[in-house]
Amino acid sequence: MKVAAGERRAVLGSNGAGKTTLFNTITGDFLPSSGNIKFFGEDITHFPVHERIRRGLRRTYQISQLFGGLSVRDSVFLACRGVSRGRFSLLRPAIDDATMAQAERIIHATHLDHLTDSLVSALSHGEQRQLEIALALAGAPRFILFDEPAAGLSPRERGELVAILNSLPAHIGYIIIEHDLDVALKVSTYVTMMHNGRMFKEGSPEEIEDDPQVQAIYLGGGHG
Amino acid sequence: MSITDIATGPSAVDRFFQQLGAAPVILAVALIIYPLIVPGFFTFQIGGQILILGMIGLSLMVLAGYGGMVSLAQLTVAGIAGYGLAIFGINSVGIMGFGWPWWIAAPMAIALAATAAALIGLISVRTSGIYTIMITLAIATAFYYFVNQNYTLFNGFSGYRGIQPPTLFGLYWRDPLPFYYLCLASAALAYGLVLYGARSSFGLALQATRDNPRRMRAIGYNVTAIKVFAYFLAGLIAGTAGVLYVWFNGRISPGTISVAESIGILVIAVIGGLRHPIGPFLGAAVYVLMKTFAIDLIGAERFNTLIGLVFLAIVFISPDGILGLWQRLKPHLAPTSLRPHHEGRD
Repeated sequence: MKVAAGERRAVLGSNGAGKTTLFNTITGDFLPSSGNIKFFGEDITHFPVHERIRRGLRRTYQISQLFGGLSVRDSVFLACRGVSRGRFSLLRPAIDDATMAQAERIIHATHLDHLTDSLVSALSHGEQRQLEIALALAGAPRFILFDEPAAGLSPRERGELVAILNSLPAHIGYIIIEHDLDVALKVSTYVTMMHNGRMFKEGSPEEIEDDPQVQAIYLGGGHG
Repeated sequence: MSITDIATGPSAVDRFFQQLGAAPVILAVALIIYPLIVPGFFTFQIGGQILILGMIGLSLMVLAGYGGMVSLAQLTVAGIAGYGLAIFGINSVGIMGFGWPWWIAAPMAIALAATAAALIGLISVRTSGIYTIMITLAIATAFYYFVNQNYTLFNGFSGYRGIQPPTLFGLYWRDPLPFYYLCLASAALAYGLVLYGARSSFGLALQATRDNPRRMRAIGYNVTAIKVFAYFLAGLIAGTAGVLYVWFNGRISPGTISVAESIGILVIAVIGGLRHPIGPFLGAAVYVLMKTFAIDLIGAERFNTLIGLVFLAIVFISPDGILGLWQRLKPHLAPTSLRPHHEGRD
């Protein structure tokens, strides 16, 4: 599978098709049993997770993975700090700290301003999903893996999600796993179908939507 | 309070004290005048010991409260500083004792302890939860038996005696008053640094690692390095307390760092509360007072039972320790008009 820089790819497939496993392999949570992974031309197959992240790779999780005991501001600040210097600083960030300013901008871009000082564990499900995306946007990402960002969102929140994804700078590419076809096809330019751990079909959103085999496996309520 | 709330301008000091509130100021004044109104026994034996054990408990609170790592080897780390001081400095046993002056021997002992703590961290960070407790307990036990049986380096069962604090500015630092203030200054410094550092980049990263190590990796952090560095920092605190503890006792032997004593540190941290750095000091106060006076209350045969029952009662009534008790009592102690309305959650 090859994804160009800046490309926006949707990965579809029924439950158990191997979509999240694909993400876990790219980020380094799992080691691949064969093959290798190249990121902007560099072989990262045996890099630890944090080294891949520092090269500009980001991800979100299907089930939110957040810091319940921290505020929204501190969470996004840490995400910005994670790919910059001063991770082990024992000093408190100054008022005019550049990383803190960056965090504020991301909080604003992901529509979380009114929750900046709230404890993460006190956020609603939808707000936590937004924070998932905010953490992935921190610190100049080059490529993001979105794992079902719309899961459990209300129609209004889904609309906001589509707006956020479509307003990302053009140089940021991503792969999005999404069961909501409406969302997936609105935010992607190319679609990969997976089935039983293999790539099954690729094409533009329109081609995939009209493909009879795809409809039989996936769209036709095959995962009910 | 958030990071950006830090005050600027001429009113910074005023704002600082406003945010601080009255309670810490009253506590500080009380701790400073305490030795002037109580007999020497309470200054040295009670006050000094509470502050030292509170510091070792604080080092555990940093690991367990902020990092989610319950280590039973913090007294071992303090003990390594103690043995280090006996070996680098002067002792009366005639074994080792390099004779270095205290201002080299003490910092070296603390550095040795912190390095050892980082090594203990490196071994144990691959585990979590009850397995961290088990592996650090194993390290503490192994170190206890090792020093007990090694005579060339640790002088075995009897350990080292005659380790004296220096005489400085005309003061002998083992006299009750100077020693109490030395302990108070060290404890206050450690407490203040922990409180400050909890909101630093590293402090936040440690708490975030406690909450979700997987996500920490996914935003670019080396989780193992964070945990090992936390062990190192906690080791600096425990090591400092270890030096003070040897000066306090004048000696160090395997008995000082036995498994029972190591568990005592956990008891101190838990009955005090792990949510705030003040907890271990509250825990140490209860622990030291019970250990010292239970025997007078109930006699030599049953005093350990009384101690156990008091600890059990505290943890039973409030799983968050004394801190949790205080949080529950506070609303009821406030004047009626100031009481918050029922918030619908606890």
